[in-house]
Amino acid sequence: MTPPRALCLCAAFAGALLAGAAQACSAAEILVSAATSLTNALRDVGQRFEAQHPGDTVRFNFAASDVLLAQIDKGAPADVFASADEATMDRAERAGRVVRGARRDFASNALVIVVPRGGTHVASIAALREAEVHRVAIGSPRSVPAGRYAKEALVDAGAWDALQPKLVLAQNVRQVLDYVARGEVDAGFVYATDAAIMPDRVVVSVRPATRDTVRYPVAPLTDSRQPALAGAFVSFLASPQAQAVLARYGFAPPAAP
Amino acid sequence: MSGVAIPLLLTLKVAFTATLAALVAGVAAGWLLARTRFPGREALDAVLLLPMVLPPTVIGYYLLVVLGTHGAIGAWLDTTFGVRLVFSWQGAAIAAAVVAFPLVFKAARTAFESVDPNLEKAGRSLGYAEWRVLARITLPLAWRGIAAGAMLAFARATGEFGATLMIAGNIPGRTQTLSIAIYEAVQAGDDALANSLVVLASITCIVLLVAAAAIVRRGHLRIVPV
Repeated sequence: MTPPRALCLCAAFAGALLAGAAQACSAAEILVSAATSLTNALRDVGQRFEAQHPGDTVRFNFAASDVLLAQIDKGAPADVFASADEATMDRAERAGRVVRGARRDFASNALVIVVPRGGTHVASIAALREAEVHRVAIGSPRSVPAGRYAKEALVDAGAWDALQPKLVLAQNVRQVLDYVARGEVDAGFVYATDAAIMPDRVVVSVRPATRDTVRYPVAPLTDSRQPALAGAFVSFLASPQAQAVLARYGFAPPAAP
Repeated sequence: MSGVAIPLLLTLKVAFTATLAALVAGVAAGWLLARTRFPGREALDAVLLLPMVLPPTVIGYYLLVVLGTHGAIGAWLDTTFGVRLVFSWQGAAIAAAVVAFPLVFKAARTAFESVDPNLEKAGRSLGYAEWRVLARITLPLAWRGIAAGAMLAFARATGEFGATLMIAGNIPGRTQTLSIAIYEAVQAGDDALANSLVVLASITCIVLLVAAAAIVRRGHLRIVPV
């Protein structure tokens, strides 16, 4: 290619890049790192937030809460963090990742045991020890809050040690749901909201008592490049509009017992 | 220390089993495609290389669908033999074998094709049966290429993660291989454990591959006795 033509192409390319960058500068974008169980509900909330803030974008990053915190600790550029338990948010606060005083609870949930539709019904946690139950899926307690709630429930029922050979550890609560939906395990511990997503493939068997209510805290992060928009999103989650969306997906208000 | 020993032993068990299975299947397929001619041969070659091209999670998904408890083959295995491959180390070995197969197959086919067919014809003209031609002429000449493929397959099987995670899951002591253990340690924020596992995995792989390379280098080439 002749030098003048190459120069023209380079100039056009550079112009396109600058135009794209300029477009990005005027519109704000935030990244919300949220627990996997919030996937469907928060996507919906995000769309409504974008409708109220024309030109701004909300992007989501869903994973187990501990994994999200590990990413944030290592410098991931998230603006908002929504966790599935208070413990992980406490750790985020202690590490100084969270804007002081801006943390709030925005939803609560219930732990349930689901079985595959058409599979053997489980009457209680103790029934998981029966021989017909070959495998039970829970989130990995080391990195998934749902797994920790499940472990606590099992420990309190005196079934934790007995169930060790049957446990299958999943990376997040939706993977537990998938294992149950496929019939690869006989029972799994998920949230009530996750069970509600696949009513045709899983059935809620038991609602075990948990030590603490399953509560979701959310907070803007200190390293956010869009603190105003991040704060606006956190406030929006408490608004009646967002709360109605969450309720539709089966989440309860944060103050529920 | 047991936190690192168990995943290591499991990884070695899975990798050796997978390499053996890939070796048998790869050498058979390599010999078939090298020595026979049929329409669609190259298309079959491309299909057999697919596990190397597809993302491991895609392979893991296909395996889960086919070998899962309600899958086409998995359901039959469950009802007939009571065998469930999902969440078992055998399932992990199958996943590793599938991704390692193309490496052995391609190396084997190339090795067989590089054996001079005239030597094989000479053997046949001397009255050798086909299996004897294979054992006394073809394999001794092709084994270095096959061994190289097997080493690559072993390395690949040791590091297999995506497909393994999908079909074998993460069950400490049963299917938590080194790669999965490292992943879980990182997810849990346990950097100390992750570091020791990574160092262990690296050293193990390097030692085994250096040893295998030394054997290949020093191995004798059997000359056909006249």
